[in-house]
Amino acid sequence: MTTAAGVYSSVIRERWRRPRFRGVLAGATVTAEDVNPLCGDRIRLALRLEGPMLAEARFTGDSCAICAASADVLLETVQGKSVTDAVAVTTEDLLAILEADIRPTRMKCVTLPLSALKAALHAS
Amino acid sequence: MRLDELTRPDFPILERRVNGQPLVYLDSAASSQKPRQVLEAMTRYYETSHSNVHRSIHTLGEEATELYESARDHVQRFLGAASREEIVFTRGTTDGLNLLAEAIGRTLRAGDEVLITEMEHHSNIIPWQMAVRDRGAVLKAVPVVGEGFLDVEAFSRLVTARTRVVAVAHVSNVLGTINPVRQIVARARDVGALSVIDGAQAAPHLPLDVSLLGCDFYVCSPHKMLGPTGIGILYGRRAALDALEPARGGGEMIKEVWLDRAQWNDLPWRFEPGTPPVAEAIGLAAAIEYLEKIGMSRVAEHERVLTRAALDALSAIPDVTVYGPRNPEIKGAVVAFNVADLHPHDAAALLDAEGIAVRAGHHCAQPLMRHLGIIGTVRASFSVYTAPDEVARLARAVSGLKSML
Repeated sequence: MTTAAGVYSSVIRERWRRPRFRGVLAGATVTAEDVNPLCGDRIRLALRLEGPMLAEARFTGDSCAICAASADVLLETVQGKSVTDAVAVTTEDLLAILEADIRPTRMKCVTLPLSALKAALHAS
Repeated sequence: MRLDELTRPDFPILERRVNGQPLVYLDSAASSQKPRQVLEAMTRYYETSHSNVHRSIHTLGEEATELYESARDHVQRFLGAASREEIVFTRGTTDGLNLLAEAIGRTLRAGDEVLITEMEHHSNIIPWQMAVRDRGAVLKAVPVVGEGFLDVEAFSRLVTARTRVVAVAHVSNVLGTINPVRQIVARARDVGALSVIDGAQAAPHLPLDVSLLGCDFYVCSPHKMLGPTGIGILYGRRAALDALEPARGGGEMIKEVWLDRAQWNDLPWRFEPGTPPVAEAIGLAAAIEYLEKIGMSRVAEHERVLTRAALDALSAIPDVTVYGPRNPEIKGAVVAFNVADLHPHDAAALLDAEGIAVRAGHHCAQPLMRHLGIIGTVRASFSVYTAPDEVARLARAVSGLKSML
C-alpha cells in the first residue's frame, strides 16, 4: 500500500471514498460545468448565493480521484465565504490541502473544479 | 525460443526501471518501442549520408535519395502494394487521413455521404466532419453492437448510391475488433464509393496485403510498427491516387511552375510537398526489415497468445470489466478494461507506481465511450517484445488495485 501513498495522498483517498460535498443542491442559484479535454472528465458545480455570500455548494460528475478530491476540498474551503474570498482561492491552496505531489500531466485534474468555480462566480 | 526472448535484447529501453521496478511496457498500441537496428540505421544515416533528397546533385544527396526511395520499396513489399508509386510518405496516420479528407472533401457535393463507424479513432472522424462541413454533405456512422462488432445489417443499409467514401478502422484501437474490411471494401466498390482503411492498429500486428484487400486507400503509422515517429504511410491504389487532386502544395510535388499555375509531379511525389522525413523513412525501412525477419504471422501468433492470457487473467479478477471481443482469434493485441469504480487514470497512475505502463482514458474514441456508457478504460497492448510474465505482472497488480485507493 506504500506505493499508493506515493501517488495518492491520504487526503485524496479519503475524499474520493467519502466525499463531503458531492451531491445535488436543491435551490442552486448558479451552476457551472467544465470538461477536461485530456480525459473527458466532467465536473458540475451547483452553488447557492445569498447576496455577497456563497451559502452552499455541491458537485457532481464523472472524474478521477484527484479531481473529485480537489472539488471536495475546494467546496469545503469556499462554502460560507464571500464570493470575493472564493474567487481568491488558488491552485497552490488546493495542493496544500490535498497534501499531494501532483505531476504536470495530472495538474488539470486539480484545477478543473477551480476553473469551473471561477467561471461560475464571474458569470454571476 | 519465444519471440520476446529473441527480441528483447534488441530493445535497450526495456532494461529501464520505473519507480524502482523493472519497466513493464504495455502501451505499444499508442507507440511501440524501437529496436537497436532502427536507432542505428537512423544514426548511421545522420553521421554519414544526411542531406536533402531528390534535387541535390552531390554524393550525399544521391545517397540520401537512394536510401529514402529504398524505404518506399520496403513499404511497397510490406503492404503488398502493386507498385512503389502507390506509397506516399506522410507524417502519420492522422496526417494521411487529413490529406485524404482534404483532397476528397473538395469533390464532395450537397447530398453526398461519408460513412464512418462508431468505433473510429477521432482522427478518422474529425477530418471527415471537416470535409462534409459547408458542402451540404452528410457524415453517417455504422453502429457498434454486441461485444464490439460493426452492425453488418446497418452497414449494408447505410451504403447507398449517395455514399462517396467509406472510412473504417481495420482494427479498433480500444476493442481490438478486427473489422471485415474485405467485405466492407467490396460493398463500397459496388456503389462506387472510395474505401479508406485506417490501419494504424493493424499494420503492426497482422500480415497485410492491400492488393488483396482491394481498398482504395490504406494508412498506418510507423511509430507503432517499431519505427520512428514523424513519418506516416499512405497507400493509394494507383487509379485512386491518380484521380486525387493534391490538396497541399510546395516544392517537390510539381513538374513545372508558372506564377499562376503549375503542373503536378508524377506519383507518389505529387503528394509529398516539402522536405520529407528522410531519417524517419530510413528508420522505417529498418523496422520493416526487422518485422519481415520475424515474419508477421509469427508476430500475430505471439500477440494472440498474450491477448488470450490477458483476457483470461483479467476476466478472472472480481470487479474487472473487459471490453471488446473475448475471442483473441478475431482481435488485435489490445485489451481494454476497467476496475470497479476506479477512474482509468487513477488505475493507470497506480499501475505506473509499480512500473507498469498502460494507456488510460477515452483513447481518442469518445463516440465509442459514449456507446459503452463509460468515460474511459485502461488499455494494455502488446508487441513483439512483450513477455507472458509481464501480462501476469499486470494481472497481479490489477487484482490489488481496488484496495489501494
